[in-house]
Amino acid sequence: MAYKGKRINPRKFERGQIKILLIILPLVIFMAMPIIFIINHAFKPMEELFAFPPTFFVRNATMENFTKLMKFSRTSSIPLSRYVFNSVAVTALTMGLALLLTTMAAFALAKIKFKGRNMLVNINQVAIMFVGTAVLIPRYLVICELGLIDSILAHVLPLVAVPVALFLVKQFVEQVPDSLLEAAYMDGATDFQVYRKVILPMIKPAVATASILVFQQVWTNTETSNYFINEDGMKTLTFYMNSLANANNTVAGQGMAAAASLIMFLPNLILFIILQRSVMNTMASSGIK
Amino acid sequence: MSKSKLKTKPEQTPDAAAEVKKPKKRRNKISRRENNWHGWLFVGPYAVIFTIFILVPVVLAAFLSFTNFNAIEMPDWVGFLNYITLLTNDDVFMKYVLPNTVVYAVIVGVGGYILSFILAWALCNLSSVPRTICALILYSPSMTTGVAMTVLWKVIFSGDQSGLLNSWLMELGIITEPIIWLTSADYVLPIVIIIGLWSSMGIGFLSMIAGILNTDETLYEASSIDGISNRFQEMIYITIPQMKPQMLFAAVMAIVGAFQNGVISSMLVGNPSPGYASQLIVNHIEDYGFLRYEMGYAAAVSVVLLLIVQLFSKGANAILADKEPVRKGGKHGVQRKAD
Repeated sequence: MAYKGKRINPRKFERGQIKILLIILPLVIFMAMPIIFIINHAFKPMEELFAFPPTFFVRNATMENFTKLMKFSRTSSIPLSRYVFNSVAVTALTMGLALLLTTMAAFALAKIKFKGRNMLVNINQVAIMFVGTAVLIPRYLVICELGLIDSILAHVLPLVAVPVALFLVKQFVEQVPDSLLEAAYMDGATDFQVYRKVILPMIKPAVATASILVFQQVWTNTETSNYFINEDGMKTLTFYMNSLANANNTVAGQGMAAAASLIMFLPNLILFIILQRSVMNTMASSGIK
Repeated sequence: MSKSKLKTKPEQTPDAAAEVKKPKKRRNKISRRENNWHGWLFVGPYAVIFTIFILVPVVLAAFLSFTNFNAIEMPDWVGFLNYITLLTNDDVFMKYVLPNTVVYAVIVGVGGYILSFILAWALCNLSSVPRTICALILYSPSMTTGVAMTVLWKVIFSGDQSGLLNSWLMELGIITEPIIWLTSADYVLPIVIIIGLWSSMGIGFLSMIAGILNTDETLYEASSIDGISNRFQEMIYITIPQMKPQMLFAAVMAIVGAFQNGVISSMLVGNPSPGYASQLIVNHIEDYGFLRYEMGYAAAVSVVLLLIVQLFSKGANAILADKEPVRKGGKHGVQRKAD
């Protein structure tokens, strides 16, 4: 049979795909196993958590671990709801601010011509390679100097500027046809109106991608709670769950930690499933040239 | 999108004529072409935050790296002493941290990169539903940082018989006694590497899938006429050259990921790790900065880390960057703005 070519992204299932499926399936299963394990582990009753030999799948699923987690947090000085509130507030604030600033900057860098634009684009491109943990100490000093220690802004501001997100959104804005903007300007629109009425509605996929990136960084972040916040009442849910998982290596702690890990993981997964189409749409223009 | 395009197009010509008569609008348009200070208005807020929380810390780290600083007293200038110590006197760095980092970066960075390309390519040969499911499964480990990871891997690699891996291996008759995975210096680094690989299918992987899916389909037809005879040739000659920008993006992401991921080791086995067996550069920085409070020294290590990442990214750039001039037509020609 002669080679037909153009096998990328086939419309429907063919026999040739079985070969590929057989090769990648073991890998996919290997990658999925830990995730399946977390989900199973969280619902195991006490005797299954410590069963010998250990079990992978849950047999008698219970909500025991979750209720225990609730009960435990009630006995501590700061209620769980406080941490939940902190986390939700921090995440919402960071995402809102980050998305606003990122889309505005992306619009300017992609479509407005001004002096210094290329310099800014290049700086941001270099900053994609920025390793946050490497400059934790100077960051701490900066936050100290600004008097932000123990304030909610210490959670928010360090995570607002995400160079990768700006890069991806900028790439996407560049694809908005210039003629559309020209037309809007002809009709007398100001730059701000163009940003709000033309650009924003057209870059929704990129905004979705940026929001996933920012969400993942904020939601799983323990650094800000660890280093920038001293007051326990101002720390986030992630920090609390983390300390729970680390400190409570006791028998009761394991079940709670398993429940906690599921609670921390699920929002990420759900958000990604909802937005995955937009994400793939954005990634098409993610290339660096 | 197409609707509004249709609507506005006919208006363009009369407006262009009217524009000459109305000086206000003309100025607006010209300033948009040349130098529109509104640009700074839009970039400004981001730039301020970026400067305060990324640029200033980097500059500050560079400054602190030339000082002796314990976070309480004022830093005093010591010149290149920290760097000299790092290169000549820091046994832990030279004997453990640097080799570990190199091994980790090669396997997780390079290996993970190649693996994610192969997987992305394989997935793109599937139809849309199985592809989406597989992509989701492969991507999800990169979301499970922090707490989920600790619990999960601690149970799997638990040192007694109740550890999942020990129990499986014993059942299969490979080992007779449980292995204490997380405290033995022999196993810690491999475990950290496996977890690193497991979670390396991140955003770069998604970018590669998108890159492959967006290659110009007509090229595949043309190439099959020109005598390309199998999928492998197709991948080398058609797919890869077309998706170089995405390959570069994924490479940068892989490099950053390979050098900044110290969390696995410090969560799993603590910092410092047993016998420094899985100590990476990032852990070394934490160790000096937050456990010993030798912040000047830690800053010097950070600067070295940032330079290493830059260096490797430059390398990736040199290999993968499109050296050809802007191509007309095709998807890339449209994407690329000629300025």
